[in-house]
Amino acid sequence: MATEAHAAEGATGYIIHHLTPLSVGEGFWTLHLDTLFFSAVLGGLFVWFFKKAAENATTEVPGLVQNFVEMMVEFVDTQVKDSFHGHSKLIAPLALTIFCWVFLFNFMDLFPIDLLPAIGSVMGIPYLRVVPSTDLNATFALSISVFCLIIFYNLKIKGLWNFSKELLFHPFNHWLLIPFNLLLNFVEYLAKPISLALRLFGNLYAGELIFMLIALLPAYLQPVLSLPWAIFHILIITLQAFIFMVLTIVYLSMAHEEAH
Amino acid sequence: MSINITLIGQIITFALLVWFVMEYVWPVLFTALEERKKKIADGLAAAEKGHEDMLLAEQKAKGLLKTAKDQSSDIVSLAQRQANEIVEESKNTAKKEGDRLILAAKAQIDQEVQHSKETLRKEVAALAVAAAEQILVAEIDKTKHQEIVNKISNRL
Repeated sequence: MATEAHAAEGATGYIIHHLTPLSVGEGFWTLHLDTLFFSAVLGGLFVWFFKKAAENATTEVPGLVQNFVEMMVEFVDTQVKDSFHGHSKLIAPLALTIFCWVFLFNFMDLFPIDLLPAIGSVMGIPYLRVVPSTDLNATFALSISVFCLIIFYNLKIKGLWNFSKELLFHPFNHWLLIPFNLLLNFVEYLAKPISLALRLFGNLYAGELIFMLIALLPAYLQPVLSLPWAIFHILIITLQAFIFMVLTIVYLSMAHEEAH
Repeated sequence: MSINITLIGQIITFALLVWFVMEYVWPVLFTALEERKKKIADGLAAAEKGHEDMLLAEQKAKGLLKTAKDQSSDIVSLAQRQANEIVEESKNTAKKEGDRLILAAKAQIDQEVQHSKETLRKEVAALAVAAAEQILVAEIDKTKHQEIVNKISNRL
């Protein structure tokens, strides 16, 4: 891909250049350094901000930072309580982390498209893809983690025996339909992480692509198009983070509930 | 655009983030939130209680005011009655006294009248005697009367 990018000139070259990650290694052992770097930095930012707020948390009248952080906590807690009826120490912090982290991933999309890559190229970095959620590895990392938690909680709450029984005899409770049930459940379970990851990836990838296309237009046209798109994107990035969080909660609460 | 080892790195980052938030961030914030919630609820309850207390006190004050009013009106009516009685009594006393005075005056007048009559009678009698004397002096015929006197004197 990298060689193609060098070869292609003009619009195609520009787009391919923007979509090429900064990577080391070959084949499966490739590391996307930009994705790892930005997601770690954003994650660190999130954790630092919230940790600081937690350290300074008082029961007195809250300051601006604490107010904001508490609003987030309250918001996530409401979402969790709305759809999750069990008791879990993990789910609410997980949901908060997903929401904030994904939101920050997506927020990178609102930086001017050439700003960070240009700074990077001055520093000698040839490729820089700043939005981690336009990398399938980042979105699948989240959704596969969630998937593992779904399986883990299914086994923990229902036990191996009940979980297997649910896989074999649900939705059609007849021994003849066991293969069909198994296939259905397999698809259903597999669809969860894939849809989670691809939904986020698709939305952000498409959004980024449209920013690139706008950036290719004449300069006088760009603000007219990129401003509305950026404003619209504020909605998209929040919505995508929210959807990812809510679906995670829903999937995990399904894992906690007994088979009907 | 391929799945590669980055995925594992991202999963590790994610796991670390979730662990950190679960261990050090969420419980602290949540406890603070719960505590503040409790504090606010307590404050509201206290305010509610204060309000109730105030209503109760108001009611009590109303009751007190009412009894005080009743009492004062009782006192006023009692005083009025007493005043009436006193007035009535003094009227009676005055009347009695007046009657007594009138009676005394009448008795005195009667006495005076009696006395005057007596005096008058005496004076009239004296006058009559004087008049009679005069008449007698004028009417006396010394010779004639000398005879009478002598006659009487002779009987002695």
